[in-house]
Amino acid sequence: MGKQAINGLAVDGQAMLLFSLLAKPQQMANLDLNTWDLLIRQARNADLLGRIYELVAEHKLFDDVPLPVRPHLLSARRFARRHSVMVGFELGNLLGILAKLDSPVVVLKGAAYVLAELPAAAGRVFSDIDLMVAKDRLAEAEKLLKVQAWVSSADGYDDKYYRQWMHELPPLQHMKRHTLLDLHHAILPQTARLKPSSKRLFASALPVEGYPNAHVLCPEDMVLHSATHLFQDDEFKHGARDLVDLDTLLRHFGEDEQFWQRLVPRGIEMDLSRPLYYALRFCCRMLETPVPEAILAQAAQAGRPPWLLAGLMDQLFQRALVPDHPSCLDSFSAVAKSLLFVRSHYLRMPLHLLLPHLFHKAFISPINARRADRATENRPTIDALIAENKPR
Amino acid sequence: MIVADYSEQTLQGLIAGSGLRFGVGPFTLNLQSSLQQLAGDVRLMYASYPISSQPFADFHVRLDRPFGLRRWFRPQVNFTQDTRTPFKPLPLEQSFAMFEWGLNWCISSQCHQYLIIHAAVVERGGLALIMPAPPGSGKSTLCAGLVARGWRLLTDELALVSLEQPGEVIALPRPVSLKNESIDVIRAFAPEQVIGPIARDTAKGTVAHMAAPVESVERAAEAALSSLLVFPQYTPASATVIAPRQKAASFMELADQSFNFNVLGELGFQALRQVLDSCDCYDLSYSQLDDVIPALERLIDARAESAQLDSLDLRSTGIG
Repeated sequence: MGKQAINGLAVDGQAMLLFSLLAKPQQMANLDLNTWDLLIRQARNADLLGRIYELVAEHKLFDDVPLPVRPHLLSARRFARRHSVMVGFELGNLLGILAKLDSPVVVLKGAAYVLAELPAAAGRVFSDIDLMVAKDRLAEAEKLLKVQAWVSSADGYDDKYYRQWMHELPPLQHMKRHTLLDLHHAILPQTARLKPSSKRLFASALPVEGYPNAHVLCPEDMVLHSATHLFQDDEFKHGARDLVDLDTLLRHFGEDEQFWQRLVPRGIEMDLSRPLYYALRFCCRMLETPVPEAILAQAAQAGRPPWLLAGLMDQLFQRALVPDHPSCLDSFSAVAKSLLFVRSHYLRMPLHLLLPHLFHKAFISPINARRADRATENRPTIDALIAENKPR
Repeated sequence: MIVADYSEQTLQGLIAGSGLRFGVGPFTLNLQSSLQQLAGDVRLMYASYPISSQPFADFHVRLDRPFGLRRWFRPQVNFTQDTRTPFKPLPLEQSFAMFEWGLNWCISSQCHQYLIIHAAVVERGGLALIMPAPPGSGKSTLCAGLVARGWRLLTDELALVSLEQPGEVIALPRPVSLKNESIDVIRAFAPEQVIGPIARDTAKGTVAHMAAPVESVERAAEAALSSLLVFPQYTPASATVIAPRQKAASFMELADQSFNFNVLGELGFQALRQVLDSCDCYDLSYSQLDDVIPALERLIDARAESAQLDSLDLRSTGIG
């Protein structure tokens, strides 16, 4: 595969292999083993192997998959199934603990897709559970969780940083099961330039059957949150997977004409027009998401940056969103990711807060970390990593 | 065509270029590295493994020295599968051991087409002896000893239990990992066996690998039916004691030693049940290889005989 233009973006064919097959899964019926070899590697690195299985199953292509490839898809499916069972178990636990809050708990991101049984949950694997409670109930929620062995291991500086400026507590972890939990009170840092209202998110959140206190964001907010998370974030390690989430959400919710009518106005209302513009643009360009032309135009009018910036951001995002695999990188990929990293911090905090923070992270945290490391000699070994795969 | 058909120089070129592609049990591996010494180690330890021309490889792995100061100061090595780096780097002398451990990680975390148990498996007369054990029980030493006395090596570390053929274990013959005193024990016990590079000061102490015998590698496509489940415990100066063990407790112990029992759910439970159904279970304590090996041979041969008698009985009564 050589250079070719895909939807107007001049990119290397190899780099777009995974995306073009996600967009047109039927083409998986005629891949040779060489192409499967690359596809499996890209998909595994992007945490999208489970998604490939689901598409193969949905389009009844399993018989077209060559024999040596099948075990990889089966394995990914088994792992993802198990993952969603475990997430369901943890969610049941957490919602039970937080029932005493007597206040709604909004389940976010991957866990929400599982709870709401959305197609975006199929084959998806993620590392933490995200919940959101009202800011004035945060302390109480933390206390309830702590009693049930959900604790944070953040050091003094990090702890303070999270509590003072961020939209969530420092990550909590269950002491025995090691599951990670992010407890939010908002979807962006308190210092961020964009100011989506948490009150509005709660007001429109939808109850989930079977769980008295559980809610998920309404479809528009779910898309807006996913877009915000992807296009404001500092690392694009899961960029490809997050874009696929957006694509899957848009395809699913988009079956309802009303959804499209509400989407852009809601973006404006929530101060999230810019990330929404990027989300729709890159979903269409990279995954051929069927977004109505009128909605694209509406989103561009509301959230498109000035043309020079728009051109630059196209160049950056197109490199950051492809799977994190050598076959998808070009000579500007590293630069693009560094620039996006700087941008995300700039968007997250005003400079007078950001500079001292970066100084601490660059010079003080490593010293502290080394001290702690030396004190405990707790370098994770291969044994420990292998043991992590075992049941406890 | 096998790995040793290539000269070290040719292997070096392949590993430094698009990769050396070879078969290891049911898997195809593509190995790349910028390290000089790895080609020699691989040629020694994987000599009789088949070169693969398959365009699809199950695992693409690399071993490289990290960038930065550590290139010169106490040099290190990194294991990567594609770009993913599951482990912290290790000292450069431990490159081959890291390759082995990295491959263990790839298989145990990504191959849920099998139930994977942390156990050694060896075969004699078509019957498999499974030895699950925590580190320090002398499992690998005993496995190396049995293999040196003609048992076929199915695996030293990762038992791949079939989810399709009840009770069958798939062969994954790879170098047997020996630790500390075991290295000298096996050198004295079986001087003809090939022992690879020595890695000192690893998380497990001093580690070296014994190459899998040629015959085991050539018969890698043959699965074996699990027949004996033995929990070994090396006990200094003890006589060989083999005592029957309860199946239920053995089941729980095997589940606990499994990497993906929890991932497989009911499939894993059924596969493990089938293993237990086809196995006699024993506890074993031993100290002398010369003593324990004949004892295990008698045990498995008796088992083979009784299986034959059973089938004769069935035939004579017209049931079979």
